[in-house]
Amino acid sequence: MADNNNTLLDIKDLRTYFYTDAGVVKAVDGVSFDLKKGETLGIVGETGSGKSITALTILGLIAIPPGKIVSGYIDFDGQDLLKLKQKQLQKYRGNRISMIFQDPMTSLNPVFTIGNQLMEAILAHQKITKKQAYDKALELLDMVGMPDIRKRMKSYPHEFSGGMRQRAMIAMAIANSPSILIADEPTTALDVTIQAQILELVEELKNKTDSSVILITHDLGVIAKYAERVLVMYAGKPVEFANVNDIFYKPYHPYTMGLIGSVSKLNEEKKERLKPIKGTPPSLIDLPEGCTFAPRCRFALDSCRLSYPPNIEIEHGHFVSCFRSKEFYSGSLSRL
Amino acid sequence: MFPIKEEKNKQPIDDSDLGNIIEESITEENKFDKKYSKSSLYKDAWRRLVRNKLAMIGLAIVIIMALIALLAPYIAPYDPTYREKTASQQGPSASHWFGTDILGRDIFSRVLYGTQISMLVGVIAVAISLAIGLFLGAISGFFSGIPDAIIMRIADIFFAFPYILGAIAIMTILGPGVLNIFIAIGLLGWASVARLFRSSILSIKEKEYIEAARALGASNSRIIMKHILPNSFAPLIVYSTMNVGTAIIVEAALSFLGLGVQPPTPSWGKMLSESLNYINSAPWLMFFPGLAILITVLGFVLLGDGLRDALDPKLKR
Amino acid sequence: MPEKDTLLLEVRNLKKYFNLRSGFFYSKSSSSVKAVDDISFFIKKGETFGLVGESGCGKSTTARLILRLIKPTSGIINYKGSDLVRLKNSQMLKYRKEIQIIFQDPYASLSPRMTIGDIVNEPLEIHKVGNKNSRLKRIKEYLKTVGLNPEHINRYPHEFSGGQRQRVGIARALVLQPELIICDEPVSALDVSVQAQILNLMLDLQNEFNLTYLFIAHDLSVVKYVSNRIGVMYLGKIVEVAPSEELYVNPLHPYTMGLLSAIPIPDPELERKRQRIILPGDVPSPINPPSGCRFHPRCPNAQDICSKEEPVLKNYNKDGKEHLAACFFAGKPI
Repeated sequence: MADNNNTLLDIKDLRTYFYTDAGVVKAVDGVSFDLKKGETLGIVGETGSGKSITALTILGLIAIPPGKIVSGYIDFDGQDLLKLKQKQLQKYRGNRISMIFQDPMTSLNPVFTIGNQLMEAILAHQKITKKQAYDKALELLDMVGMPDIRKRMKSYPHEFSGGMRQRAMIAMAIANSPSILIADEPTTALDVTIQAQILELVEELKNKTDSSVILITHDLGVIAKYAERVLVMYAGKPVEFANVNDIFYKPYHPYTMGLIGSVSKLNEEKKERLKPIKGTPPSLIDLPEGCTFAPRCRFALDSCRLSYPPNIEIEHGHFVSCFRSKEFYSGSLSRL
Repeated sequence: MFPIKEEKNKQPIDDSDLGNIIEESITEENKFDKKYSKSSLYKDAWRRLVRNKLAMIGLAIVIIMALIALLAPYIAPYDPTYREKTASQQGPSASHWFGTDILGRDIFSRVLYGTQISMLVGVIAVAISLAIGLFLGAISGFFSGIPDAIIMRIADIFFAFPYILGAIAIMTILGPGVLNIFIAIGLLGWASVARLFRSSILSIKEKEYIEAARALGASNSRIIMKHILPNSFAPLIVYSTMNVGTAIIVEAALSFLGLGVQPPTPSWGKMLSESLNYINSAPWLMFFPGLAILITVLGFVLLGDGLRDALDPKLKR
Repeated sequence: MPEKDTLLLEVRNLKKYFNLRSGFFYSKSSSSVKAVDDISFFIKKGETFGLVGESGCGKSTTARLILRLIKPTSGIINYKGSDLVRLKNSQMLKYRKEIQIIFQDPYASLSPRMTIGDIVNEPLEIHKVGNKNSRLKRIKEYLKTVGLNPEHINRYPHEFSGGQRQRVGIARALVLQPELIICDEPVSALDVSVQAQILNLMLDLQNEFNLTYLFIAHDLSVVKYVSNRIGVMYLGKIVEVAPSEELYVNPLHPYTMGLLSAIPIPDPELERKRQRIILPGDVPSPINPPSGCRFHPRCPNAQDICSKEEPVLKNYNKDGKEHLAACFFAGKPI
């Protein structure tokens, strides 16, 4: 996949396991994808799908133990991030790769002012004076659309609204003009109208700074609007990876089809009944044999329960892990 | 309108007496119980507790100490007050495992008997603080406003008092004696219990399942008995277990100061104070009662710690 | 359905002001939050009325007012001809049987110390329905109705997944055979694939038992999926009420327009073509709401009058149907 010199990040067969008293949790199990320069890649999945752990693994933020990266590589600009020591990794983290978290209240330090934290983020990676850092911080706050920036520099996180806090987080994340911005459910905690503001801001900053974005979300609408390519995850495994149109109009994995059938569309004129996926996502400790989705899959055959399907490239750039995907491809099996 | 027809709907179960409803619900529970095996949170907690080695050590210590307290008369080799005139201040030996004190009394037997006082004080004093604390904490938690303010401000005053100093003050007023120790320690402990119970009631009161019960028309007493109480016990169990340890230390301290158990009744604290003058010539006098206090308190603390981990559903995966 | 035109619930001029407390020895009230400020709406029998809005708009407070979990500051809640606001607690008990609620958080709404049998049994016990045997039978029947295994009657909530727990909550609401169920964000805590299961279950139950729903949520696409009519709330006020189709096709209030536009549709081609209206600013605090129209600081269409006078709900539909909006420039595109 990394043949293209446009590739910024190349991840192969990443496996992050957690060794707990109750058993081994295979939180990320064989994830591969690549990220191109300037693109927005969406990772979509439900609770426990491993989408957030994937992000944390890229940033080297997994606690070891209980976590362990069992296999894989994360190639960023010719460097395997998994081979780096924590100290070396710090040069990348917050600098070339940075992250926006779901809950800005818990990821901002409540005892320091926003200005303080912003300047710290800048000074950690740039050799400039405090005065320059202060000016840079002001500039960043202005960039993320914060009103009243001079006053805001002296404010503490609790004095901000949820949306403003998320803006401050974004300012911090882009402080060192990163090549990759990972946004993990950046708007889940926010109101709908604020959500739109923040997502537009991320999109705008991405275009302005020519960086790439990994957008992690459970919201298919957000994926449809912002992502160019999409990785669908289920129970720690990547089930489908393709460009956004193919994911929505030509899915080859029954889980992707199920997700799309589960959401109501605002624009639908006639009330079409939702087609939910039966059952509930499995516990990562006690995964079903064979294909992990088989127990919930309406297309599952007995053979699906014997082994996990290999990840195949069914069309150019369209990867899927499903024994029956070829039948969908040839048209012998209907998606309906 | 509904497929399920109302079956004998109009037949009231009982009179509207609340006690009956609660009792009724308990028997209902029991009936479910017999049919299937329950996997309750407490059973889960017990399973987690068993897996915790330190907690099991704590539990073992507590059980052993309780057994010693009960069986002291049978296992002690000597009467704890018997003075063997020929054997004053002897070091540990085959006939006197822990040695003898200045009056020739067997330290081993005295330590065994001392367990009785310590365990009794621990349990009864904590029971007294629980009784007072639960009652006042409940009033405080359920009825906000003036009663809450009054109770909590009184509790604050008790908190402002150093524990030991408070105990000394009360003992000075009441005079020495085992019974008064119960009262003193019990009186001092209530404020923590009340606070804990109040805060746990306050947090549970905000839970949606309380709202759900209210929306169904559940009476206040039903909500208290069926929803709030069962959900607020966990922190109290932990606190009380730990507090037994504290009570034992306070008793030892009071007896050490001569305000507690009066001679010749053996008490670890008293034994410590008696040994003070012989710390160089006969260190075992101090060593064994001190060790007994340490082990017993450690046992309760370990058990309490383990209980906290076991009862906290947040740690459950 | 012939019954559809019967009025089941009518809320008129409902207000709830919360006092903010402060004090040295014990709390005294100082200022107040106007959580619900003079709202009126009605629900017909058998229909679903959706209430949608962002955090702090007062939608959940409205639910709790109708259930009398909190006391309104003023207003009328007319349920089948009785004003629930004025009923004594003992009189209210009769109506509690008919009005039930489903909560948002399936983890917080079930007591962790009760089995699911106990939980579904509780409404029957409180309202003294049947004897022990008939109750047990009924509990099992309802567990089955909501798609749970009746054999699991003695299990505890923590042994179930979020979706299954929500089913327990639905069984508890259903077991007394109510008329009106208030659904307060019933699916927003659930995973996407499970949300659809619960929504479909609720629609099926509505058909089967002829239920009336007051469906409260922040997600307009979910509300639109289940509701016949929708009310849009903003800072304690209802700003627009319309049939759900009409609301999407022809929104009149600029806030509704912004809200609709803010929700991305899971259809990439369509999203690329769609014009987006991004409402500026934050949702103001209900402690100190803006003067005049509460939406005016964020409204692209705002004029002088909007900050001075408060617009009232007016009907803008010509052909008899109701389409209410509270805006001086209703229908003006932004």
